[in-house]
Amino acid sequence: MAEQSKPEHSSEIEPQQFSLLDAQLSMLAAAWAVFIKDLRVELRTRYALNALVLFAACAAVAVSLGVGFIGLRRTDEALLIQATLLWIALLFAALNGLARGFVQEEEARTMAALRLAAPPIAVFLGKFMLNLALLALLGAITTLLFIVMVRVEVGSPLAFALVLAGGSLCLASATTILAAIISKASFKSALFAVLAFPLLVPPLIVAIQGTASALDEAALPAALASLQFLGAYSVATFVASLMLFRFVWEA
Amino acid sequence: MGSRFSVLGSRCATIGPVEIRLIVDGVGASYGARPVFSDVSLELRAGETLVVSGQNGSGKSTFLRLLAGLQRPDAGRIAYQLGNEAYDPRDAGRLLGWVAPDLMLYRELTARENLRFFAAVRRLRLDDGAIDALLERVGLGGRGDDRLAAYSSGMAQRLRYAYALLHRPPVLLLDEPTVTLDERGAAVVEAVVAEQRRHGIVVIATNDPRELRYGDLILRLGN
Repeated sequence: MAEQSKPEHSSEIEPQQFSLLDAQLSMLAAAWAVFIKDLRVELRTRYALNALVLFAACAAVAVSLGVGFIGLRRTDEALLIQATLLWIALLFAALNGLARGFVQEEEARTMAALRLAAPPIAVFLGKFMLNLALLALLGAITTLLFIVMVRVEVGSPLAFALVLAGGSLCLASATTILAAIISKASFKSALFAVLAFPLLVPPLIVAIQGTASALDEAALPAALASLQFLGAYSVATFVASLMLFRFVWEA
Repeated sequence: MGSRFSVLGSRCATIGPVEIRLIVDGVGASYGARPVFSDVSLELRAGETLVVSGQNGSGKSTFLRLLAGLQRPDAGRIAYQLGNEAYDPRDAGRLLGWVAPDLMLYRELTARENLRFFAAVRRLRLDDGAIDALLERVGLGGRGDDRLAAYSSGMAQRLRYAYALLHRPPVLLLDEPTVTLDERGAAVVEAVVAEQRRHGIVVIATNDPRELRYGDLILRLGN
């Protein structure tokens, strides 16, 4: 099957011209480069941004039309309903937009170029940072819309911001690895939702409870347990994702 | 004495030039139940050029993807031997430059932004002058600030060479190297191959008779 003939010469490789940076710092620099590249591509195409913002706006309008003008009395149940609606809006907007990072690489067929050039950890960290940045923006927009349109009153802004950050960390870690997994599959959206459900439900329940506590006035001590859970869950998911990512990336 | 370097590590250190070898041992590939090729064995050293030829569907591109670590062989083993260390292709990205029709760069970015990005993730320090020189070398001088979406297929092919040569890899894998290129583009490829042959390994997948002459070794796949 294979024919082979031998050459007469061979030579040696010249030393590389370009110097290489220190290992750990350079890994972070590579991750930052992936993040900046993705951000630049996102700002020029606005695939994920449009999906996130439109979904958040639609959800806020729909909720405001449904319950915003009823004038719910500020009971524990009302706070829980508002927190649930806020996180439903955040969750579905996130599911709509956050898979784009890897899916777009696959659809644009740029994955091979990236795989040859970039260390897997740098790719994961870069995509994770982008998802986190998008979620921060989404959280800010959705919260603002809910405050204005649904008349949500935040009792403890600090606790509210911390719960929002903790929940976003959980969402970002889970959706980043899931996006990598589904990028090579058919029926990406359906698969993403199916895989995300069991991973995201536990932190979502806790985030809703924590947010409801944060909407109440004396909230920081009450939200502490939720914050601890969200912190631990996001760290566990992040570390597990880092360990798994190389296998997903090279599959 | 030259400077010692670790191609796969991220630290610079110093020694003389390092000999590289490509070892392919009993490699086979298949798609589902259909075998594409089997039992391919060969060894290449720095300075040697392998041309892979064969009819459509004989597995030329697949063979190069195996060498690039983008696909795993169904049988056999591929390794890059650098000094005393052997590297699996999946861990040898720093050793490899790959040009292929299915290699896509970012259409939303300019050529310069693409090269800067790939230099950064390869953890190379490359200033604008070096990037300009590389673009000039592949015939894209003056077009570095255009987005790839505005590039013709020939220009995109030239940029693939800039991507592949960015880190001066000791192994260059070229799949259909002159596809979509004009005469001047083909001359660029000829110069790149000639330069690479002086210090590294070149593997070319082609059926173009003009490119068969590059080969010190010919691997014919299929019937």
